[in-house]
Amino acid sequence: MGPADVRFNYTRIASLIEPGSTVLDLGCGDGELLDLLRRERNTKGRGVEIGEEEIRACIRKGISVFQGDLDEGLIEYSSGSYDYVILNETLQALKDPVQIIREMVRVGRRAIVNFPNFGYIVNRLQLLLRGRMPQNNELPYSWHDTPNIHFCTRRDFTALCNELGIRILETVDLRRSRRVAPWSANLTATECCFVLAGSETRRSV
Amino acid sequence: MRPSVDTWSAFLTIARMAGVGIVTPQTMMVADSSDPLILESGREFSPVRVQFETYGSLNAAASNAILLLHAFSGDAHAAGRHSADDRHPGWWDTMVGPGRSFDTDRFFVICSNVIGGCQGTTGPGDTDPETGEPYGLGFPVVTIEDMVRVQRRLVERLGIRRLHAVAGGSMGGMQALQWAVSEPDAVDRIIVLASTPRPSAQAIAFNAVGRNAIMSDERWNGGNYYGREAPARGLAIARMVGHITYLSDESMHEKFGRRLQERNSFEFDFSDQFEVESYLEYKGGTFVDRFDANSYIYLSKAIDYFDLAGKYGSLESAFGKSQNKFLVVSYTSDWLYPSYQSKEVVVSLMRLQRDVTYTELDCPFGHDSFLLETDRQTPLIGSFLEDTDGPG
Repeated sequence: MGPADVRFNYTRIASLIEPGSTVLDLGCGDGELLDLLRRERNTKGRGVEIGEEEIRACIRKGISVFQGDLDEGLIEYSSGSYDYVILNETLQALKDPVQIIREMVRVGRRAIVNFPNFGYIVNRLQLLLRGRMPQNNELPYSWHDTPNIHFCTRRDFTALCNELGIRILETVDLRRSRRVAPWSANLTATECCFVLAGSETRRSV
Repeated sequence: MRPSVDTWSAFLTIARMAGVGIVTPQTMMVADSSDPLILESGREFSPVRVQFETYGSLNAAASNAILLLHAFSGDAHAAGRHSADDRHPGWWDTMVGPGRSFDTDRFFVICSNVIGGCQGTTGPGDTDPETGEPYGLGFPVVTIEDMVRVQRRLVERLGIRRLHAVAGGSMGGMQALQWAVSEPDAVDRIIVLASTPRPSAQAIAFNAVGRNAIMSDERWNGGNYYGREAPARGLAIARMVGHITYLSDESMHEKFGRRLQERNSFEFDFSDQFEVESYLEYKGGTFVDRFDANSYIYLSKAIDYFDLAGKYGSLESAFGKSQNKFLVVSYTSDWLYPSYQSKEVVVSLMRLQRDVTYTELDCPFGHDSFLLETDRQTPLIGSFLEDTDGPG
């Protein structure tokens, strides 16, 4: 994982997915994750991507992709139409993260979101000791030239899910691909991955 | 002296740049009185002759054939030249040939003229065997589905049971969609460029103006003008209107701006001509030499009638039987068949959990973009035609 490509460990995501399910990957890039899921979990997948170059790469892999802007929401997708909706390393770059999370649990039976944890201790220390915005392996961009406009800590994200009435089914917290304990994760994890579902009451309606 | 490897590869490169070279149009009868074509209207019709061209060669399994579907004013001449001194190559020459989007080293590419047209396939300008006179308006009304029925017969007679792909832009894209709806098992992949599942009121309105221009030309004479002077003025005006819809504000600004033809300032005597005016005159004028006014009426009407959602109740039910793979491309500056119309197709296919890829190319050339954006379409189409099929 190079600094410019802080992609969550794909095999970790694959391990969260039941074989044979349908997957919608939001911001699917070159389709690498969908390709891996197809091979290893026998999924039927589709990507949403905005970049022309990435779309070409998806087509080359034989992966269906829809060119669309996630900031416009998921109105094209009917409720419950996918087993999983994945948002991999993209949440922090969206204009309206709340809208997309709500949409993900509407369209998917499960939503998988992973994001860099801004509460990671190195980030905190950089801000505290140097008085500068954190810039490191996990957060490689300078504050003025970054696609990331909505950073949050693990605790922030948990609070948001509670506020939205979204259930957290599972979490995987990692420090550079190694699992860390959930109780310390807000301080020790560089990456957090949440498996979410809509509220039970809404689902039964 | 034997040519070195370098010389050989240089020669190959030049051969590739040259495209498919000289091609000869062919014709085939696909319907006669013993086996007439059943039109969508229910009417039986024969005889039907089809003009077509092929590029590349059919493999032994007959599994590498691609059918190209031309747009409103197109013809069977998709690629190559008809003679060594032919100044104009086929309408999609940049996309068809060795190493191009539709790679003739790998695929057997077919393009045929549509029924109702005037470029070799039976149309209103042909002689009705029953009367010995040209059909004129006695020619049956044909639809996009009828075009596909004729193409299906051609393909079968060429010994092809299943096409690797059908591909077309604009009216050709409508035919591609229709293939997925009415012949889903006879084709694997569907490529739809700059098209729509149903033209909007705005698009129909422009066609109506074109038809009105032709019908208002007194030489049109109720469609009965063959052997006499054709309604050239009416047809030229129809083409001018049509041509405007193929361009965009930006492309016209780039191409013409407000520049005047042959002068720098206004004379205020109505002899002032903007460059765009003389361009349209030129386009209209050259069109009448190659196109029949009645075909304009028939084909534009076929476009207007096309409505997959209306005909089948919804797009989902239209595509219900299709298991094809789709590539749908729209263009940001196309206001004739804007992107939202392509998206309707894509969304309904997604609801059906079908294999569909959609991309919207950001480009300034308007509806005509699908004929011009070769460099960006080539990797898309090339990959789509040969992707590695996973189990999903």
